[in-house]
Amino acid sequence: MNLLLASILIPVLAAILVIAGFNARRTAIFAAVLNFLLTLVIVSQFKLDGGYQFLLSVPAVPALGIKFSLGVDGLGVAMLFLSTAVTLAAIAIARPPKANVSWFYASLLFISAGAVGAFVSVDAFFYYMFHELALVPTFLLIGIWGSGDRQTAAWKITVYLAFGSFVLLVGLIGLYLSLPVGSRTWDFRELAQAARIGTLAPAPWVYITLFLGFGILVSLFPFHTWAPQAYASAPAPAAMLHAGVLKKFGLYGLLRLVTPIFPPAITEPFNNLLLVLLLGNILYVGLVTISQRKLDLMLGYSSVMHMGYIFLGILSWTTIGLAGAALMLVAHGLSIAALFALSGELRERTGTLKFSELGGLARTMPKFGLLFGFAAMASVGLPGFANFAGELMVFFGGFSAGKPVVGLNNFQIATAIAVWGVVISAVYMLRAYRRVFFGPPLERWKDLPEISTHAKVCVVGLLILLLIFGFAPQLLVKFVLPAIVQP
Amino acid sequence: MSTSLAPWIILFAPLVAATLILFFGRYSKPLSAGLAIAAAALGAYLSWTLFLSHEPIEAAKFTWLSLPNFTVEIGVTIDQLSKVMLIVVTNIATLVFIYSIGYMDHEEGYWRYFGGLALFLFSMLGIVLADNLVMMFIFWELVGVSSYILIGHYYSKDSAADACKQAFLVNRIGDFGFMLGILFVWLATGSIVFSEIFAKIPGAQFAGPATLTIGAILLFCGTIGKSAQLPLHVWLPNSMEGPTPVSSLLHAATMVAAGVYMLARIFPLLLTVDIARDVIAWVGGITCVVAALMATQQNDIKRILAYSTISQLGYMVLGAGVAPTADVPMFHLFTHAFFKCLLFLCSGSVILGMHHEQDIWKMGALKNKMPITLLCTLAGLLALAGCPFFSGYFSKDLIIAWAVEEQPILGWLSVFAAGLTSFYMFRLFFVVFFGKPKSDHAKHAHESPAVMVIPLLLLSIPAVIGGYGFIEHPFFPHIEHPHHVPEILHIALLAMFIGGLVLGFLLYFKADKDPLNIPFFANRFYIDDLYAWIVKTFQDGLAWVSAWADRWIVDLILARGTALAAVVFGHVLRCLQIGNIQAYAFFFGAGVVGLLYFLIVR
Repeated sequence: MNLLLASILIPVLAAILVIAGFNARRTAIFAAVLNFLLTLVIVSQFKLDGGYQFLLSVPAVPALGIKFSLGVDGLGVAMLFLSTAVTLAAIAIARPPKANVSWFYASLLFISAGAVGAFVSVDAFFYYMFHELALVPTFLLIGIWGSGDRQTAAWKITVYLAFGSFVLLVGLIGLYLSLPVGSRTWDFRELAQAARIGTLAPAPWVYITLFLGFGILVSLFPFHTWAPQAYASAPAPAAMLHAGVLKKFGLYGLLRLVTPIFPPAITEPFNNLLLVLLLGNILYVGLVTISQRKLDLMLGYSSVMHMGYIFLGILSWTTIGLAGAALMLVAHGLSIAALFALSGELRERTGTLKFSELGGLARTMPKFGLLFGFAAMASVGLPGFANFAGELMVFFGGFSAGKPVVGLNNFQIATAIAVWGVVISAVYMLRAYRRVFFGPPLERWKDLPEISTHAKVCVVGLLILLLIFGFAPQLLVKFVLPAIVQP
Repeated sequence: MSTSLAPWIILFAPLVAATLILFFGRYSKPLSAGLAIAAAALGAYLSWTLFLSHEPIEAAKFTWLSLPNFTVEIGVTIDQLSKVMLIVVTNIATLVFIYSIGYMDHEEGYWRYFGGLALFLFSMLGIVLADNLVMMFIFWELVGVSSYILIGHYYSKDSAADACKQAFLVNRIGDFGFMLGILFVWLATGSIVFSEIFAKIPGAQFAGPATLTIGAILLFCGTIGKSAQLPLHVWLPNSMEGPTPVSSLLHAATMVAAGVYMLARIFPLLLTVDIARDVIAWVGGITCVVAALMATQQNDIKRILAYSTISQLGYMVLGAGVAPTADVPMFHLFTHAFFKCLLFLCSGSVILGMHHEQDIWKMGALKNKMPITLLCTLAGLLALAGCPFFSGYFSKDLIIAWAVEEQPILGWLSVFAAGLTSFYMFRLFFVVFFGKPKSDHAKHAHESPAVMVIPLLLLSIPAVIGGYGFIEHPFFPHIEHPHHVPEILHIALLAMFIGGLVLGFLLYFKADKDPLNIPFFANRFYIDDLYAWIVKTFQDGLAWVSAWADRWIVDLILARGTALAAVVFGHVLRCLQIGNIQAYAFFFGAGVVGLLYFLIVR
């Protein structure tokens, strides 16, 4: 059996078993472990210079050129690894809700299946459909098992993401129709090939529609306000899966369907606009993050802010920047998952995440504080963690992008401003850490239990991955590089 | 042992120690201390063997990142500069680690403390050994985080929690400049490796010499942050919230000197950009005077020394801006590292003897109770104040002589600062050790245990003799003395030392409270308050406005607008009511309809 198909079917089958009445938690964890091991097998069998591998192709709608095609190149493998690793952490750390336990776990499994399916699809149509399918359980998880103002949050994320998907679909159709009749296809490889030889020459509106469509799904400024609220309301595993994995769908799409296809003549006129928007993510959203008064909202906004760097790496259209963006996809996914996992654990203990009500928790829960400190430092891009390597590459990519001019070109100016983001992210992260964990311990939190062993294992696992890719980013870069270098 | 492995062992032994302490340190106090000390001592031993061998050393390199046109390698530079710095860092670290056994004996978080120290040593050695800018930046940031951990050792105290956060953030501002500087230098020369940059400078015209000048000034921002120069000096006095040995090692002897070391490392680059050198000289010169003025009115023993450190770092930075070789500021870095470390450890001995009292106006008459500490303090003090024939006399006066020759205004300002140095140090000395006991603790003070006193005595040796020619030549073979030093300069400097001593004696020998009251100095020129106001008004204000706009403008218009569109369409189509799944279904359905339309009808 095709291994990629298996890694889609394992969570689906597990979800069905869970609904059918098997022990929800055990079945889900078993499936997540199995899928992660399967990913490791795929990684070990993967040939670095072999292009797309583990291929499977079944015609689905021949009249429309739609095929059910699976396959991964180095970037796909990296995303598959991210998906199954975060899935494992999210499912293992999830606390079973009071009601509808089986549906809860089934929803998590469906998100995972959708994400895996999207990242291993070679056909843009199925890539899109898998993402759509993963969104439905995300909405359900927030709307049913969420906390706080979950109705509004669910409503908002639904409207936004549905709108974004709609814009994206228009762009995808535009791309499809740009091909001459008879050679129309949804296949990533054929689309890139057609662009190379010149048969695919999409109009500028297709480019900007695709970019904005993907952008909305990735909370590009100013289409970002759904994200913090949704993540704050979502149960921790749902926030981990969406912010860590599913949201990367849009950025992955840019690397698949935009950077290999559109020539500079089309993209350049939009560069200034998009630079302003991504600086909105870094500077404006960064400032908004600073003034948050609740840990979960702060983390949600910080995740939105970090998307700005990835957009910068992609928009730079340089090898360094694109590789940096790919590295940040993985690094951010792992680090935000660790942070949401910990903030979820914290909410379970205290019932509140307001800074004004917390303080001095490092004294009661030293291990919890230490782990949160590690995750926070990863998130602010401390060297040693993968996030730093990604940011560094994005900065070098951004600084070498655009045309050489006397003085600085717009990319260099934007990059210089973006570097200020490292100060902003340190401000909000260290302030939050100081408010929650440092200072005199409060009487009401004196008896909080220390982090549980299974939560510790999950977070430590994510942190170890971040450290491995931080100490040796080349491990990841050598996978993604062949996938993004333009031949 | 093959020489080529030695630098790597020096570098990674502390990291191994830190990792082991993280996992096993909590189970045993001697294990934590032992691992850290062993790593530092091993480094010290290997540093001496490296220093004493004169063979050129080839060390392996690791590729950290490799992309077309962009490679970052982790490699080491072993030259005279890094060898000297290795000696300073590893030896002082070893002594401070040993001293910490005594100082931290009854403190909480023993393993956390030694783990932080080992992590710091690893990071600092990485800066010393780095052979390229990115590697230096990596360890630069790691030094910042180890400093954060150690300043925040007493994290349950609000003041310590605020201080460590501030130290990290202020350093990040400097690092912002450092990072941009790396990008500019890369733009100008196409390289991040020191040797390649220097080789390419003459030909680096394509991006304009301005790029290189801006790059050099931006790199210097890193120094401003790490070496606590004006205007980013505010974090260093607050960092005194950390345990005293930490202040001694990080915030006096080594970490804060990393900024000066970085200037020495990029010195060939600096020599080609005159404007950057002027900027460096002015920042250093002004810092050395202003910080000395602030030091004259502080009452916390550690804060006096902290402002003194800022002032002395100012001298070194000034030296980097005026002297023709990097050996001149490095010479002062070398002597300062020993005598300032000594002074901090002495203050730690006093603080411990005084049961954690740090206010000098609650001390007094400690001369009989703590005689060894007194002698060691005197040795450090005379070295710092520039008493003839003590180490600081040679190194500081050399910088001042170069400054007088190259930048006369700054030169004479720094002469004045030398007088202030003598004055504030004798103030501290007389108030702490002489006069009447000013509190009960002072009456019952006691000398510290041997594990603390012996490092003091050992450090006193280089503090006293560290400036002589037999030190100068093996360590700093390229040192140069200015040729046209006016006679009057030597007399002026001697007058400044004696003037400070006499004034200090007259004012403070018997004083019970400070006869001088200069609020402007005592309040540190109100710079801290100004910054607090700026952060509160501008950063937090802007953040608040952004958050408000995000909630009431961006969110409202876009989210509700989008939703409204969905609702309107929905009503038009009469197929849905307000609600999340319906809206979703609407767009999904609309998408499919659109798809089919495009595909089939066209």
